[in-house]
Amino acid sequence: MANLACEFIGIKSINPFWLASAPPTDKAYNVVRAFEAGWGGVVWKTLGEDPAPINVSSRYGVHYGQNRQVLGFNNIELITDRPLQINLDEITQVKKDWPDRVIIVSLMVPCEEQSWKDILPLVEATGADGIELNFGCPHGMPERGMGAAVGQVPEYIEMVTRWCKQYCSLPVIVKLTPNITDVRKPAAAALRGGADAVSLINTINSITSVNLETMSPEPSVDGKGTHGGYCGSAVKPIALSMVSEIARDPETASLPISGIGGVSNWRDAAEFITLGASNVQVCTAAMLYGFGIINDLCDGLSDWMDKKGYSNINDFSRAAIPNTTDWKHLNMNYKRIARINQDNCIQCGRCFAACEDTSHQAILKTGDFDNREYSVIDDECVGCNLCQVTCPEPNAIEMVDVDTGEEHLSWLHHPANPYREEK
Amino acid sequence: MSFTHEIKSNRLLEDEITDNFHDISPPLTDKQVLIESERCLFCYDAPCINACPTDIDVPLFIRKINTENYHGAAKEILEKNILGGSCARVCPTETLCQQACVRNTEHDEPVAIGKLQRFAVDHLDTTQPYPFDRAASTGKHVAIVGAGPAGLSCAHRLARDGHKVTIYEAAAKSGGLNEYGIALYKLVDDYAQKEIDFVLQIGGIDIKYQHALGKDVNLNQLRENHDAVFLSIGMGNVNALNIPGEQYPNVEDAVAYVSELRQTNNLASLAVGKNIIVIGAGMTAIDIAVQSKKLGAENVTIVYRRNQSAMGASEHEQELAYKNGVSFVFNAQPKQIVGDENGISTMEFIRTQQSSNGKLQCKDEIISMPCDVVFKAIGQQLDSSPFGNDNPPALDQRGRIAVNEQFQTSLDKVFAGGDCINGKDLVVEAVDHGNKAALAIHQQLQQD
Ligand SMILES: Cc1cc2nc3c(=O)[nH]c(=O)nc-3n(C[C@H](O)[C@H](O)[C@H](O)COP(=O)(O)OP(=O)(O)OC[C@H]3O[C@@H](n4cnc5c(N)ncnc54)[C@H](O)[C@@H]3O)c2cc1C
Ligand SMILES: Cc1cc2nc3c(=O)[nH]c(=O)nc-3n(C[C@H](O)[C@H](O)[C@H](O)COP(=O)(O)O)c2cc1C
Ligand code: SF4
Ligand code: SF4
Ligand code: SF4
Repeated sequence: MANLACEFIGIKSINPFWLASAPPTDKAYNVVRAFEAGWGGVVWKTLGEDPAPINVSSRYGVHYGQNRQVLGFNNIELITDRPLQINLDEITQVKKDWPDRVIIVSLMVPCEEQSWKDILPLVEATGADGIELNFGCPHGMPERGMGAAVGQVPEYIEMVTRWCKQYCSLPVIVKLTPNITDVRKPAAAALRGGADAVSLINTINSITSVNLETMSPEPSVDGKGTHGGYCGSAVKPIALSMVSEIARDPETASLPISGIGGVSNWRDAAEFITLGASNVQVCTAAMLYGFGIINDLCDGLSDWMDKKGYSNINDFSRAAIPNTTDWKHLNMNYKRIARINQDNCIQCGRCFAACEDTSHQAILKTGDFDNREYSVIDDECVGCNLCQVTCPEPNAIEMVDVDTGEEHLSWLHHPANPYREEK
Repeated sequence: MSFTHEIKSNRLLEDEITDNFHDISPPLTDKQVLIESERCLFCYDAPCINACPTDIDVPLFIRKINTENYHGAAKEILEKNILGGSCARVCPTETLCQQACVRNTEHDEPVAIGKLQRFAVDHLDTTQPYPFDRAASTGKHVAIVGAGPAGLSCAHRLARDGHKVTIYEAAAKSGGLNEYGIALYKLVDDYAQKEIDFVLQIGGIDIKYQHALGKDVNLNQLRENHDAVFLSIGMGNVNALNIPGEQYPNVEDAVAYVSELRQTNNLASLAVGKNIIVIGAGMTAIDIAVQSKKLGAENVTIVYRRNQSAMGASEHEQELAYKNGVSFVFNAQPKQIVGDENGISTMEFIRTQQSSNGKLQCKDEIISMPCDVVFKAIGQQLDSSPFGNDNPPALDQRGRIAVNEQFQTSLDKVFAGGDCINGKDLVVEAVDHGNKAALAIHQQLQQD
């Protein structure tokens, strides 16, 4: 059995699965249920200064896929709406009762030194394992000069991180916002400020839908809506890319990363870890299915690790980073083409429509209604994968390597590149 | 119809019978529709379109359902098939569109096209304007004989093209077999009449009820007084068994009995036999057998002279019969019916065997089965008597009206379609014939 226990910036956890700072971690009741279910840790719902903000009614929006399946989810909630002292007392008690579980306290106070100086000792006194700085909340809080408003200015990140390291002895995780052009800049700022790690991503600015009757964006509050934070499985690809950017850049590569964004199953978690994360945080998947999914997350991951011969998380951490590169280094002499396995093809013609209308006219349609056949014209196929993407049958289209007999040649060295470099 | 012996009404309570004749395939719920419409793959050059005789763009209407554009979905269907609502209910989809569905593999099931079609047509938004326009009047006048599916679809097309249409209908109601023949549980709640009201909303169609060709009007007159004629009189004659005893009471024509069943206000009042034998192997045989069971007949047996695999009724329909407690006897050829002028007691059959070359051979074994009613469901034929002897249209080898690809008969400006010409004898095909004949008529009238 693979060992899921791991250490993140000196904090030991029984598994790499933490609940992200959000409603699932809003109070002792939820957190205790999560620990009972088997979650390794939680990042407590973000604390701020009293008086606590007040939330509106109607808070979540959704982007549905097939059969009401939730692809993406958004919210316009603020940080915790409970008094600071209640949260602190609960954190203290839960940590005492669950010493082997991780509690990180998420924080967001105004960008003034005194505010941080005031709150940090209170948090440290709870016995929590670390703090996470919420520089990511994209709605509501930035209008008050906090959250993403700080996370979008690298200088502020560096400054606040430094205050935190100065006024408290706990490890500091800086939670990054994806609502920015180049995520490496805030990550580098966190590093300069002395952060022990970064976590990403927080939610993405979004409007999930418009009610065409009332002309209000959803979620609608008395007929009006505002942009909210997008999360759930739809954001996973964005999060994966951002995590890999930080892990690949020599300037930020040394920063430990807690991966967040659309983690819904063990495979997602494994992918985050191969691209740079040391552990993952989950919010939406737990909000949609409850805490019970932890069973599959642990089981599936450890099973896969056994099969691959990995005995702990470190064995495959950043394993995909060497293969994540810039476009200019890709081999232009590599060729793959589609191949249709007629035994599994149901003749729906989706591949044909896709390739014929929008790609390279590389699918050949023969026969009539009763005995049609779709096949690939090898010479026309550029190996774009579109047919395989559209095909409803999992094993009908295979992408196969073609031996071109030619050596590796990247754009960097390609004769057609006027700025080519000699090998 | 006079019944004796064990033939009586009220075999079941009225409530039981009402229950038995409920919609056999109730409408899908919104949730089922969402799941089912999502299953359609939006195939390229979809085979289901080709398998539908009226070429309904199945993937397109299903996609419209899926995006909750129900009105658009209904219009898409009705544009191709104005009786899309009844077709959705009566089409043997398992041998048409759904048989062709690419999802119909051993690991999967076809998309429920018929049920989705019903949902769409039922959700046509009637608060919106009628979905079809009439072209400016052409001043042409077309006579249609028979207001069944073929006649109605032809009339609607022609009316859209700006022609004036008069339908001569022998019966007191229109709809043809949709009104008088289809199994009651397939078309409930007087659907045929509601659909016809919708068809006629186009305007320009006049129906003359109880005006039979050959009786109240003749073909020559119609040809003289109209610019074109479309014959869609279905099949008026029933095939005979040609065996001794066929003339006795309670040896009945299945279609006539179904017609009575469909028109009665009180199903329980219908007289039903105790031991019923149905001769035949097609849709009509299944229908009369199942409906007899639902009315309370104790034993209903379908007897067919060939083996099961040769049956015309699809597996789906055979299953329906089994589920309703109908028994089957195969390889038994009618020999004679034993009875007198008061009724019948038994029917005798000769055991047959199918030889390897497919030929049916009689063995020297006689099977005798008790019965009080025998239903004949061995097919129908065109009744050509309404055409008279003075210049009737030519018939084909099967005795139906001969037509060319434009649905034109041997007579100038006389067209025909539906069951009265050679084909699959389905509602959806009758609609297709009506559509295509209308197009041919329209083209001819434009040239005049
Ligand atoms: C018992 C039974 C069950 C069936 N079940 C199904 C089913 O489930 N699904 C399916 O797709 N098909 C079914 N069919 C077949 C289907 O009903 C026919 O194919 C279809 O109705 C043919 O349409 P039509 O317009 O050609 O003829 P019909 O529907 O027969 O209409 C002919 C019309 O012409 C009128 N007419 C006849 N003679 C004259 C005359 N001399 N003058 C004026 N008017 C005249 C008749 O009164 C009638 O209104 C069934 C048929 C039967 C008999
Ligand atoms: C309703 C809701 C409230 C959230 N509140 C906070 C918060 O208070 N602090 C914070 O750092 N992130 C907050 N988040 C962001 C999540 O912690 C997480 O970064 C994001 O949802 C992406 O992960 P996921 O795709 O697993 O949900 C919130 C998310 C949701 C859905
Ligand atoms: S999309 Fe797949 S199943 Fe459909 S025709 Fe192409 S290969 Fe066959
Ligand atoms: S009309 Fe009948 S055959 Fe055509 S698509 Fe509809 S249900 Fe299928
Ligand atoms: S064949 Fe089936 S899946 Fe394909 S378009 Fe038709 S109904 Fe949809």
